[in-house]
Amino acid sequence: MSYRTDRQRVAGLGSAKDGVHHFWTQRITAVALLPLVLLFVFPFARSLGSDYQTVVATYSNPFNAIVAILFILVAFRHLQLGLQVIIEDYVSSKPARTAALIANVLLSWAFALAGVFAVAKIAFTA
Amino acid sequence: MADVNRGNRPLSPFLTSYQQPFNAVLSILHRATGAGLTVGGILMVWWFLGVAGGSDYFQFVDDLVTSWIGGLIMLGCLGMLWYHFFNGVRHLIWDTGNGYEKPVVRMTGLAMLAAAGAMTLITWIVAYL
Repeated sequence: MSYRTDRQRVAGLGSAKDGVHHFWTQRITAVALLPLVLLFVFPFARSLGSDYQTVVATYSNPFNAIVAILFILVAFRHLQLGLQVIIEDYVSSKPARTAALIANVLLSWAFALAGVFAVAKIAFTA
Repeated sequence: MADVNRGNRPLSPFLTSYQQPFNAVLSILHRATGAGLTVGGILMVWWFLGVAGGSDYFQFVDDLVTSWIGGLIMLGCLGMLWYHFFNGVRHLIWDTGNGYEKPVVRMTGLAMLAAAGAMTLITWIVAYL
Protein backbone atom coordinates (compact mmCIF):
# COMPACT_ATOMS: atom_id res chain seq x y z
CA MET A 1 0.00 0.00 0.00
CA SER A 2 1.44 3.26 -1.10
CA TYR A 3 0.36 6.60 0.30
CA ARG A 4 1.58 8.49 -2.74
CA THR A 5 -1.15 10.24 -4.66
CA ASP A 6 -1.84 9.67 -8.36
CA ARG A 7 -0.51 13.16 -9.01
CA GLN A 8 2.72 12.41 -7.19
CA ARG A 9 3.20 9.01 -8.87
CA VAL A 10 3.30 10.51 -12.35
CA ALA A 11 5.16 13.75 -11.57
CA GLY A 12 8.25 13.85 -13.76
CA LEU A 13 7.23 10.71 -15.64
CA GLY A 14 4.69 12.33 -17.88
CA SER A 15 4.83 13.50 -21.43
CA ALA A 16 8.34 13.92 -22.73
CA LYS A 17 6.86 16.81 -24.70
CA ASP A 18 7.49 15.05 -27.99
CA GLY A 19 4.06 13.52 -28.60
CA VAL A 20 3.06 16.15 -31.12
CA HIS A 21 6.40 15.77 -32.84
CA HIS A 22 5.76 12.03 -33.27
CA PHE A 23 2.26 12.64 -34.64
CA TRP A 24 3.40 15.41 -36.95
CA THR A 25 6.40 13.48 -38.31
CA GLN A 26 4.12 10.50 -38.96
CA ARG A 27 1.78 12.72 -41.04
CA ILE A 28 4.59 14.51 -42.93
CA THR A 29 6.24 11.22 -43.88
CA ALA A 30 2.81 9.84 -44.86
CA VAL A 31 2.19 12.78 -47.19
CA ALA A 32 5.71 12.49 -48.64
CA LEU A 33 5.17 8.77 -49.28
CA LEU A 34 2.12 9.36 -51.50
CA PRO A 35 4.16 10.63 -54.50
CA LEU A 36 7.23 8.58 -53.53
CA VAL A 37 5.33 5.26 -53.56
CA LEU A 38 3.81 6.07 -56.95
CA LEU A 39 7.23 6.98 -58.40
CA PHE A 40 9.14 4.14 -56.74
CA VAL A 41 6.95 1.07 -57.09
CA PHE A 42 6.72 0.69 -60.86
CA PRO A 43 10.44 0.86 -61.78
CA PHE A 44 11.15 -1.35 -58.74
CA ALA A 45 8.51 -3.94 -59.66
CA ARG A 46 9.84 -4.06 -63.23
CA SER A 47 13.42 -4.46 -61.98
CA LEU A 48 12.68 -7.56 -59.91
CA GLY A 49 13.58 -10.51 -62.10
CA SER A 50 15.26 -8.34 -64.74
CA ASP A 51 18.84 -8.99 -65.82
CA TYR A 52 21.69 -7.29 -63.99
CA GLN A 53 22.57 -4.77 -66.74
CA THR A 54 18.96 -3.52 -67.00
CA VAL A 55 18.68 -3.10 -63.24
CA VAL A 56 21.96 -1.19 -63.03
CA ALA A 57 20.87 1.02 -65.94
CA THR A 58 17.54 1.75 -64.19
CA TYR A 59 19.13 2.82 -60.93
CA SER A 60 22.03 4.73 -62.43
CA ASN A 61 19.39 7.05 -63.84
CA PRO A 62 19.61 10.00 -61.40
CA PHE A 63 15.83 10.39 -61.16
CA ASN A 64 15.23 6.75 -60.25
CA ALA A 65 18.19 6.76 -57.84
CA ILE A 66 17.02 9.89 -56.03
CA VAL A 67 13.43 8.61 -55.83
CA ALA A 68 14.68 5.29 -54.44
CA ILE A 69 16.89 7.02 -51.84
CA LEU A 70 14.11 9.37 -50.72
CA PHE A 71 11.62 6.49 -50.62
CA ILE A 72 13.92 4.32 -48.50
CA LEU A 73 14.72 7.13 -46.03
CA VAL A 74 11.13 8.34 -45.61
CA ALA A 75 9.56 4.86 -45.61
CA PHE A 76 11.86 3.60 -42.85
CA ARG A 77 11.27 6.72 -40.76
CA HIS A 78 7.50 6.21 -41.17
CA LEU A 79 7.88 2.50 -40.38
CA GLN A 80 9.95 3.29 -37.28
CA LEU A 81 7.27 5.62 -35.91
CA GLY A 82 4.51 3.10 -36.63
CA LEU A 83 6.35 0.17 -35.08
CA GLN A 84 7.12 2.31 -32.02
CA VAL A 85 3.39 2.79 -31.39
CA ILE A 86 2.72 -0.92 -31.88
CA ILE A 87 5.48 -1.82 -29.39
CA GLU A 88 4.15 0.73 -26.88
CA ASP A 89 0.63 -0.69 -27.25
CA TYR A 90 1.35 -4.42 -27.06
CA VAL A 91 4.65 -5.03 -25.23
CA SER A 92 3.80 -4.51 -21.58
CA SER A 93 6.87 -5.96 -19.84
CA LYS A 94 9.17 -3.03 -19.22
CA PRO A 95 12.53 -4.67 -20.07
CA ALA A 96 11.14 -6.21 -23.27
CA ARG A 97 9.48 -2.94 -24.22
CA THR A 98 12.63 -0.90 -23.69
CA ALA A 99 14.72 -3.43 -25.63
CA ALA A 100 12.20 -3.45 -28.49
CA LEU A 101 12.05 0.36 -28.63
CA ILE A 102 15.84 0.60 -28.77
CA ALA A 103 16.11 -2.16 -31.38
CA ASN A 104 13.42 -0.45 -33.45
CA VAL A 105 15.38 2.81 -33.65
CA LEU A 106 18.72 1.15 -34.34
CA LEU A 107 17.46 -1.36 -36.93
CA SER A 108 15.33 1.22 -38.74
CA TRP A 109 18.33 3.47 -39.24
CA ALA A 110 20.60 0.54 -40.10
CA PHE A 111 18.28 -0.76 -42.83
CA ALA A 112 17.49 2.72 -44.15
CA LEU A 113 21.13 3.73 -44.47
CA ALA A 114 22.17 0.33 -45.86
CA GLY A 115 19.53 0.80 -48.55
CA VAL A 116 20.67 4.35 -49.30
CA PHE A 117 24.27 3.16 -49.50
CA ALA A 118 23.33 0.35 -51.90
CA VAL A 119 21.39 2.63 -54.25
CA ALA A 120 24.18 5.25 -54.18
CA LYS A 121 26.80 2.60 -54.96
CA ILE A 122 24.75 1.37 -57.93
CA ALA A 123 24.24 4.92 -59.17
CA PHE A 124 27.87 5.96 -58.80
CA THR A 125 29.66 2.85 -60.08
CA ALA A 126 27.62 2.26 -63.21
CA MET B 1 -7.20 6.99 -3.02
CA ALA B 2 -4.10 5.82 -4.82
CA ASP B 3 -3.41 2.16 -5.68
CA VAL B 4 -6.88 0.83 -4.92
CA ASN B 5 -7.22 -2.57 -6.60
CA ARG B 6 -5.27 -1.53 -9.65
CA GLY B 7 -5.08 -4.03 -12.49
CA ASN B 8 -6.83 -6.87 -10.71
CA ARG B 9 -10.31 -6.28 -12.06
CA PRO B 10 -12.04 -8.38 -14.72
CA LEU B 11 -12.09 -6.88 -18.19
CA SER B 12 -15.32 -6.50 -20.03
CA PRO B 13 -15.11 -9.00 -22.91
CA PHE B 14 -15.47 -6.21 -25.43
CA LEU B 15 -13.08 -7.55 -28.07
CA THR B 16 -14.06 -11.19 -28.28
CA SER B 17 -17.83 -11.17 -27.73
CA TYR B 18 -19.06 -9.10 -30.61
CA GLN B 19 -18.65 -9.22 -34.35
CA GLN B 20 -16.31 -6.40 -35.34
CA PRO B 21 -17.87 -3.65 -37.46
CA PHE B 22 -16.61 -3.34 -41.04
CA ASN B 23 -14.54 -0.23 -40.36
CA ALA B 24 -13.01 -1.72 -37.20
CA VAL B 25 -11.66 -4.58 -39.33
CA LEU B 26 -10.28 -2.09 -41.86
CA SER B 27 -8.70 -0.13 -39.01
CA ILE B 28 -6.84 -3.06 -37.45
CA LEU B 29 -5.76 -4.17 -40.93
CA HIS B 30 -4.14 -0.75 -41.41
CA ARG B 31 -1.90 -1.46 -38.45
CA ALA B 32 -1.35 -5.09 -39.50
CA THR B 33 -0.36 -4.13 -43.06
CA GLY B 34 1.95 -1.41 -41.73
CA ALA B 35 3.72 -3.91 -39.51
CA GLY B 36 3.74 -6.53 -42.28
CA LEU B 37 5.46 -4.10 -44.64
CA THR B 38 8.54 -4.42 -42.41
CA VAL B 39 9.19 -7.66 -44.31
CA GLY B 40 8.87 -5.87 -47.65
CA GLY B 41 11.21 -3.09 -46.51
CA ILE B 42 13.89 -5.53 -45.41
CA LEU B 43 13.60 -7.57 -48.63
CA MET B 44 13.81 -4.35 -50.69
CA VAL B 45 17.02 -3.25 -48.93
CA TRP B 46 18.49 -6.75 -49.28
CA TRP B 47 17.68 -6.74 -53.01
CA PHE B 48 19.39 -3.33 -53.48
CA LEU B 49 22.41 -4.63 -51.57
CA GLY B 50 22.32 -7.57 -53.96
CA VAL B 51 22.48 -5.25 -56.97
CA ALA B 52 25.27 -3.26 -55.33
CA GLY B 53 27.15 -6.50 -54.62
CA GLY B 54 27.76 -7.29 -58.29
CA SER B 55 26.16 -9.57 -60.86
CA ASP B 56 26.76 -12.93 -59.11
CA TYR B 57 25.33 -11.86 -55.75
CA PHE B 58 22.53 -10.02 -57.57
CA GLN B 59 21.53 -13.21 -59.37
CA PHE B 60 21.39 -15.11 -56.07
CA VAL B 61 19.20 -12.51 -54.32
CA ASP B 62 17.03 -11.84 -57.36
CA ASP B 63 16.40 -15.57 -57.88
CA LEU B 64 15.27 -15.86 -54.25
CA VAL B 65 13.01 -12.81 -54.41
CA THR B 66 11.42 -13.98 -57.67
CA SER B 67 11.12 -17.67 -56.73
CA TRP B 68 7.55 -18.84 -56.18
CA ILE B 69 7.74 -18.37 -52.43
CA GLY B 70 9.62 -15.07 -52.81
CA GLY B 71 7.11 -13.95 -55.41
CA LEU B 72 4.24 -14.86 -53.11
CA ILE B 73 5.81 -12.78 -50.32
CA MET B 74 6.38 -9.86 -52.72
CA LEU B 75 2.77 -10.11 -53.95
CA GLY B 76 1.61 -10.01 -50.32
CA CYS B 77 3.80 -6.96 -49.67
CA LEU B 78 2.44 -5.28 -52.79
CA GLY B 79 -1.15 -5.83 -51.63
CA MET B 80 -0.28 -4.56 -48.14
CA LEU B 81 1.48 -1.53 -49.64
CA TRP B 82 -1.56 -0.45 -51.70
CA TYR B 83 -3.94 -1.19 -48.83
CA HIS B 84 -1.84 0.92 -46.46
CA PHE B 85 -1.44 3.59 -49.16
CA PHE B 86 -5.15 4.08 -49.86
CA ASN B 87 -6.28 3.58 -46.26
CA GLY B 88 -3.56 6.08 -45.29
CA VAL B 89 -5.23 8.59 -47.61
CA ARG B 90 -8.48 7.97 -45.70
CA HIS B 91 -6.68 8.65 -42.44
CA LEU B 92 -5.16 11.87 -43.80
CA ILE B 93 -8.64 13.01 -44.86
CA TRP B 94 -9.98 12.15 -41.39
CA ASP B 95 -7.14 14.23 -39.93
CA THR B 96 -8.66 17.26 -41.65
CA GLY B 97 -11.91 16.61 -39.75
CA ASN B 98 -13.87 15.36 -42.75
CA GLY B 99 -15.47 12.09 -43.79
CA TYR B 100 -16.73 10.83 -40.42
CA GLU B 101 -20.39 10.31 -41.39
CA LYS B 102 -21.26 6.60 -41.18
CA PRO B 103 -22.32 6.14 -44.83
CA VAL B 104 -19.22 8.07 -45.97
CA VAL B 105 -16.93 5.91 -43.82
CA ARG B 106 -18.44 2.77 -45.36
CA MET B 107 -18.22 4.20 -48.88
CA THR B 108 -14.57 5.30 -48.59
CA GLY B 109 -13.76 1.93 -47.02
CA LEU B 110 -15.20 0.04 -49.98
CA ALA B 111 -13.56 2.45 -52.45
CA MET B 112 -10.22 1.97 -50.69
CA LEU B 113 -10.49 -1.82 -50.97
CA ALA B 114 -11.34 -1.58 -54.67
CA ALA B 115 -8.48 0.85 -55.37
CA ALA B 116 -5.99 -1.26 -53.44
CA GLY B 117 -7.05 -4.41 -55.27
CA ALA B 118 -6.91 -2.71 -58.66
CA MET B 119 -3.47 -1.16 -58.06
CA THR B 120 -2.10 -4.47 -56.78
CA LEU B 121 -3.24 -6.13 -60.01
CA ILE B 122 -1.93 -3.29 -62.20
CA THR B 123 1.47 -3.23 -60.50
CA TRP B 124 1.75 -7.01 -60.78
CA ILE B 125 0.96 -6.82 -64.52
CA VAL B 126 3.45 -3.95 -65.04
CA ALA B 127 6.10 -6.01 -63.25
CA TYR B 128 5.72 -8.80 -65.84
CA LEU B 129 5.34 -6.65 -68.98
